[in-house]
Formats: sequence, C-alpha cells, structure tokens
Amino acid sequence: MISAEKIPNNVNLSSNKRLQRALEHWQPKYIQWWRDMGPQGFQDYHQVYVRTAVSVDPSGWAHFEYVKLPEYRWGIFLADPIPDRRIGFGDFFGQPVWHEVPGEFRNQLRRLIVTQGDTEPASVEQQRWLGHRCPSLYDLRNLFQVNVEEGRHLWAMVYLLHSYFGRDGRDEAEELLDRQSGNRDKPRILEAFNEPIDNWLDFFMFTMFTDRDGKSQLMSLSESSLDPLSRTTRFMLTEEAHHMFVGETGVSRILQRTCELMREAGFSEDVRKVGGIDIPTIQKHLNQWFSLSLDLHGGEVSSNAASYFANGLKGRAKEDTFDEHVVKDACYRMEFFEDGRPATRDVLMRNAMNEVLRDWYVGDCAAGVERWNRILEHAGVSERLRLPDRKFNRHIGMYSGFHFDPNGVPMSKEQWEKRRNEWLPCAADSEYLLSIMAEPVYQPGRFANYIAPPRRGINQKPVDFEYVRTEQ
Amino acid sequence: MITFDTRPEAYQHWKLTFDGPIATLSMDVREDAGLSPDYKLKLNSYDLGVDIELADAIQRVRFEHPEVHAVVITSLKERIFCAGANIMMLRESSHGWKVNFCKYTNETRLAIEDASEHSGIKFLAALNGICAGGGYELALACDEIVLVDDGNSAVSLPEAPLLGVLPGTGGLTRVVDKRHVRRDLADFFSTLVEGIKGKRAVEWKLVDRVFPTSQFRDAVQKRARELAAISDRPATGPGITLNPLNPTVSESAITYSAVTVALNRAKRTADLTVHAPSGPQLSTPDAIVKAGDQFWPLRAFRELDDALLRLRINEPEIGTVVIRTEGDIDTVVAIDKTLVDHRSHWLVREITLLMKRTLKRLDLTSRSFFALIEDGSAFGGSLFELALAADRSYMFHDDKEENVVMLSPMNFGPLPMSNGLTRLQTRFLADPGKVDELRAHDGPLNAGDAEEAGLVTFAPDEIDWDDEVRMAVEARAAFSPDAMTGLEANLRFAGPETMETKIFGRLTAWQNWIFQRPNAVGEKGALRVYGQQGRPEFDWKRT
Repeated sequence: MISAEKIPNNVNLSSNKRLQRALEHWQPKYIQWWRDMGPQGFQDYHQVYVRTAVSVDPSGWAHFEYVKLPEYRWGIFLADPIPDRRIGFGDFFGQPVWHEVPGEFRNQLRRLIVTQGDTEPASVEQQRWLGHRCPSLYDLRNLFQVNVEEGRHLWAMVYLLHSYFGRDGRDEAEELLDRQSGNRDKPRILEAFNEPIDNWLDFFMFTMFTDRDGKSQLMSLSESSLDPLSRTTRFMLTEEAHHMFVGETGVSRILQRTCELMREAGFSEDVRKVGGIDIPTIQKHLNQWFSLSLDLHGGEVSSNAASYFANGLKGRAKEDTFDEHVVKDACYRMEFFEDGRPATRDVLMRNAMNEVLRDWYVGDCAAGVERWNRILEHAGVSERLRLPDRKFNRHIGMYSGFHFDPNGVPMSKEQWEKRRNEWLPCAADSEYLLSIMAEPVYQPGRFANYIAPPRRGINQKPVDFEYVRTEQ
Repeated sequence: MITFDTRPEAYQHWKLTFDGPIATLSMDVREDAGLSPDYKLKLNSYDLGVDIELADAIQRVRFEHPEVHAVVITSLKERIFCAGANIMMLRESSHGWKVNFCKYTNETRLAIEDASEHSGIKFLAALNGICAGGGYELALACDEIVLVDDGNSAVSLPEAPLLGVLPGTGGLTRVVDKRHVRRDLADFFSTLVEGIKGKRAVEWKLVDRVFPTSQFRDAVQKRARELAAISDRPATGPGITLNPLNPTVSESAITYSAVTVALNRAKRTADLTVHAPSGPQLSTPDAIVKAGDQFWPLRAFRELDDALLRLRINEPEIGTVVIRTEGDIDTVVAIDKTLVDHRSHWLVREITLLMKRTLKRLDLTSRSFFALIEDGSAFGGSLFELALAADRSYMFHDDKEENVVMLSPMNFGPLPMSNGLTRLQTRFLADPGKVDELRAHDGPLNAGDAEEAGLVTFAPDEIDWDDEVRMAVEARAAFSPDAMTGLEANLRFAGPETMETKIFGRLTAWQNWIFQRPNAVGEKGALRVYGQQGRPEFDWKRT
C-alpha cells in the first residue's frame, strides 16, 4: 500500500536501511537530472494532471492528481509475487526462481538491466523540447505522463542495481544519470536513443514502435528466473501499455485529421497546402521508426541471446504459450542474405531468440497498422500504410551494410542513395513538420490543425479539461 | 596452404597510413574474409590471416619507413577496437592449429615490443571502443594505452569466465609483469567478462589514460607526436622495399634464392639448407640501402623466417629438420663484421634485429633440429647460431681438418635468445668463462677443436658419419612427437626467465593444456558451448 516515505514503494524499503540510504543518496541526483534533462520549461510553474502509482493493484496505479513535475512521486513498485513461481525456460526449467542474483550470472544480469535502464532516461532526454510545440494540452499531458513513467522505470532498474549488485550496481546507477542522449562524450548505450525527437509525428511513432520494443523486451524480462526482475518488469508493462496507447492514438488522430482535410480540400489537393500531414510523410516516419526499433532487438543470430535463454535470464514474450521451454535442439528456419541472394537455413533456436522476439514484435506492430488502415478505409481514402520489409534500413544484424527497398528487394548503394528520400524522412519533411508545429497550442480544448481531438479525455475528464495548468 | 607474403595494397583487414613521423595502423576486419568460410570475423575479431597482415605492416614500417617514429594502433569500426581472436575459429580449429595460431600472434606482439625497445619505434594503442581478450593483449604489447571514456568502452580479458580458457597472447603475463598491475586486482579483472572502463582502468594501470570522445583524436595525435620525438630513427627516408619472396613450391620442396627446404614425407623429415654467398660483399650503409632486400643477410633470413612459418603451419607431420649451410664461411664472417661495424645505422640495425627474431622463431619451433656441419658448409658467425639453436649438432671430422666453423662478434651479443642470453651463454651456463675464451679465440675451429670447445655435440669421422647421422635422425623421427615438443621446449631455454620466456612457457604449459581439456573442448566444455547450447558442465576436480 501507499507509503508516506520519501520514496513511495511496496518493497518495504524502510526495513532495509542499507538500500534506503543508497536510494536516498541517489534521489537528489535523479531530481537534478530531471531538472537538467527533463521537459524544458515545464518544471516549476506548471502543474500536470498525471497518474501516479501509489500501489500495484488496479485502483492504486490509476490515481490522478495535479503535480509539478519535479515533485512527481517516483517510487518503487513490484508486481505481487506469484507463490511457488518456477523457472519457465532454459537449462534450469522447473526449478524454483531466484530471489537473489546467482554470482555466476551477476555480470550478464547487470548488463541486461543497465541496457534496459539506459533507455528509460534516454527517451525523456530525447523528448525534452517537445512541450514547446505541443498540439494540445491533452497531448502535452500525455507527453509528460510518458516522461514521468519512463523516469519511474529508471527508478525500477536502479532499485534492482542498488539491491542486488553491490558497489558496481551503485556505480552503474550513477552512470545512468551521467550518460546523455546525443552527448558525444557520454552517449546513451543504444544508438536509436541518441537522436533527438523534435516533432510530434516522431514522438507518436516513437511511442508506437520504440516503446513497443520496450514492451517486447520487458515481456521477455518478465519471464526471468530472477524474481525481482520479473516482478519489476511485470509492473512496468502496465505503464508501458499507456505509452503505446499515446503513440497509436496519436497517429490515428493525425490520420483522421488528414482524411478530413483531404475531404475538405477535395481529395486531389496536396494536404500540406491546408496544413495537414500527408500520408506519404506518415509512411516515411513509420518506415524510419519501425526499422530503427527492429534494430533494437539485436542480431539475428546471437550467442548472447542463446546464453541469456539457456541461463534463464531472458525468455520469450509469453513463454507459457510455447509448448517446449528448454529448446535444446530445436531449430529456427531463418532467412539469410548471401552473395546477393536470399537463402534459408536452420539455426539453433536458442541462437535465434532475438529473431523469435522480433517475430512477435512485427506481429504486434502489424495489428496496430491494421487499426490505422481502418481509419483510412472509413474515410474512403484508398491509400494504406504498411510495415516495410524487415530487411529495410537496418543498421544492426545481418542486413546492415546492404540496401533494400521497403519490399525487401536488394539494391545497390547508388540506387539507395538516389531513392532514400522516397522512403525515409528528409530535411524538407522535418522542416515542414516543424513549420506546422511552430506554435504550441495551450488553450484547453483546442487542437493544432494537423491532428484531430481524441474521442474522450483522460480519467473520465472532458477533452477540454485543463490537463496542464500554470500555477494557481 | 597458408602463405605469409602480403603487402599493404592487398590487406583485407588493416589500413596503414602515414603522416610524417606517425604511422596509423587501423583495424577494419572484413567479416567475410576469414581464412575459412566457416566463421565470420565479427566485431574486429581476428584469425591468422588478420595477424599475418599485422605482422607484415610492422615489418614494413621498420624497413620501408625509417621516417616513422611512432605507430598508432586503432580501429576504423565505431565503438569497437577489437574483440580478440575469433571464438568460432578457435572452437572449430584443431589443437595444433590453435597452438600455431597463438605462437604466431605472440611472436607478432613481441615483434612490436622489439621494435619499441630496439628500433626506436614507439607504439600507442588508441582504443576507440570495446577492447576484449586478444584485442587488449594487442594493446598490452604497445608502449602506451589510451582508452576512450564514453561510459561504455572497457578493456577486458574475458577468456576464463566466458570460455574456460586463458588469454593466449601473453595477456596475463603482461598485465602483472609489464604493466605491473597488482596481482589481486589482476585476478579480479581476469574474471570479469565486461572488463573495466574509465577512471578505474587508469587507477589499476590497465590503461595509461582515458579521454572523452570529443578529445580522443587530438589527445592520441598529441601523445603520438611526443612518443615520436624520442626516437633515434632518421628524420627522412628513403627506406627499402620488401619485395615478395616468391619461392618455388612443389610437393617435395620449397626453394628460395638462399634457402631450400626439401621434404621427405615418408621419413617425416626436412632438409633445410642455407646458401651463403662468396666473394666481396657490400660493406657500407649506403650500398646496403641501395641493395635493399637483395642484401644477402636480409634476403637469407627473410627466406629462412618464411620457411619456418610454412613448416609450422603447412607441414605438421614433418617432425625433424636437418639444418645445413653451404658456401663461403669467410664471406659470412665478413658480412657479420659489416653488420657489427655499422650497427648504429637504422637499416643495418633492422637487418640484425630481423636475424635475431628469425633465430628466436627457430628456437620456438616445435620441431627437432639437428645441424649437420659437413664439408663445404658455412657455419660461421650468424650462421653458426643455427647450429647453436639446433637440439644437436654433428660435425664431420675430416682427415684434412678443412671442415671448420667460425665465431664472429654476432655470436656474442646481437642475437640473443628469448631468455636474454646469447646462445653461447645459454650453452655454457655452467662455465661463463668459456664464453670469454671463445670470444678471445680468433680464426676457424676444426671438428676436433669445436668438439673440444663444446661447440658441437658429436664429431664423427668418415667411418661413422653416415650411420651415426642416419640413425640419429631416424631415431628422433620415431619418438612421440608430443614428448619431443615438451622435451625440447624444456631444454632449449636454460637460464633466467624473461617476460618472453614466461609468455611462451605459460602458453605451452597452461593454455595448451587447458585447450585440450574436456572442461574447454569436451562436448559440454566452455569453449564448445559458448553461445550455443547453454552452460558448460565442468569436471570440478582441481588438477
């Protein structure tokens, strides 16, 4: 239940003085980081209507109130333990789960947690200027909700580092605040988290596709034999769902508005002339973020993935839906690209675990794109959005270093250079997007021209509710 | 068949660039250009092919670019310096291949240290990204190590925790013996898969300095120039060109201009002959520079070096090598005199150092060497080192006493072994005075004198020669090859330990043992299961 301590938690923090001290030592650094690198210009004079987790039961994590962002009650929440939980996959299948980190896997687990943890503050940093271009107070609130929850996810990972990894863990927790998205000297670990997100189409695509990678990573970590990691990530997933909601509905509302503008302009007119975002531009951003997020799943054939699975550290999304959980000899039929031609070969399933997760991810994304297309269909627009082939625009894994069009057809570097701007956002696109987003919309109930209002507000509040207010 | 000849234009994995006194050697390994198609050289991991290019590059800097005073070793791959020897390659390789691979890579690293200590070329490892295992061992061979401080890049020796084996290129030895990392810290470091980065890496002396990404390039350049400034190499060239050796290779022989190797596969023996020149030889540095790679000692020892490498890698069953020389012994001794007289000239120095390294390569070759000193042989001075390096020598005791050997100043310093002593000092450990006596001796020694002086093992006469020699070689070729390898390695390196002898001794004793054990290479061994079927299963008994 809700705890009135400095750090809200359901892990009985007050009984663990050592941990409490460590976290209390880290907390001011975190707040300083939030002020320096969090939403710029919305720290001291704005109150935001956000959801704050106060406990892990359904009513407890849907508690809404106005808070100043730096005063958000970031805390530590673990999903309830499952009695007699057993290891669900890998070489230790069927044995009791671990409540402490086995020394043998300490480094691997630390690496997994640090890599996951690093993405959380990174996205806050990437998005820190977006507030100045917001399309509505409703969207501004959603942005901040996503931001504070990414901040809380950082807390969740730091809790694990402080609790289970000793001095190294504390050092890593500090470094999570030292690295900065896009900083040449201290960049974030994963490349996709070092690019700024300065327009709202990118933001929605990021929350749709990159946060969905976050979801697949969290799902696979929630299967982990390390029970605290599993419980932590299980609760994070409930928050992550909202982020994808923000992304998916954000793009939906843009599409809806684009259709309206097209209808008003008589379909043949260029939507940009009436201040909307044309479908090809939306497709380009989809291509960009989908392919970047595919990269985040790692190499197709990976000895790390095999070892994570064998050791029971990181499973598959929804492990219990698979028939076989040890996966010793099973193979994965994998597509390769060799000597300029596609070929298929069997790979040991354990080495293909990144690809298994990527399959799940692609399916989840496809369902979302399907929902977007229904909006176009309803509006009588014949164009459709689609996911590019997974070979398209890859920078990690076996397709990196080659070039493919969105259909997966190989092409030369020259051809690619020539046609790249047809498929990926170019300078002119982002210039256009920034031009229509230049004026932020801060009046309750009003929306920028390029995006439709949502069907309903947050927490039963009306759409024109003052979701972000300046201090009373 | 593996060959060792290459040139910068043919490199697949390295880029060698020059900027005044600084050469930059950048690793950019082509994944799909390994010696075998069975593995991919990901993340700048390397196999023998990559190291052959590295060795070539260092050799060329020495001979072709006297104006280079410092070498920066770095990588062209973003955020990756080098991930070490390719694990899939090690997993798929035979034991013999692994040993030869490790030996060669060790010799290459030692050649870097030799260039630093004796040639006036300083090496700076500029670690622009992760640097693991053999990657860090390469850095350890350099004079200084700078590491980028980007919150991610670390140095590591993950062999033991990850693969159940040891760093195979002197990593453990250099960490404590060269960089003087405290042994308890080294112990911790060597069990840490992800290694150590940033400030701590400096505090523990694992690297010399760290710089953030934005300052890294400039800092490397600045330090390289400082290192270059202390060199005694000439300010300008020209250097000489090391042309391809182009031996004629047949099923039964490898033939060079001054070296021939005749293979007798049925008997598992080889006859290795070095041909000495006759007549007047070049005697001034200018003439030597002009002659370039055709100057006899350079030509002959490059060829000998190549022959030894080919024997090691391509002819694993040729267990016994009979060494002969032929030509004019006085000419050999005269050339030695030229080399010693002009030893401060950069090229003469390089030639002598190459002779030294080649003879060390022979010391470290796990074949039995018997030297046969026969009529018409040229075992004088530097060539007599071949007889001293051999496990045994047989000198034909002719009636006319015309068959002689000769010593030169080259036998008394310029060509030391790995243990830091000359072969004569090592030979006469019991009686150092003997070396002084021999130094004072002027002129040839006939078979009787040489045997008396302990310079040869046996000196059979005409009656016994053929049978003695034949039986000795046949008997040798019949022993267990493993026993001979161990026996020779134990006997060849008497005297003090050096970092170099430790590196090879530990490699032989420990790494090669661990490489054979089920805990590494068994069905469930760590090296075998790494990245595939899961966790290793160990036989927990300590040995």
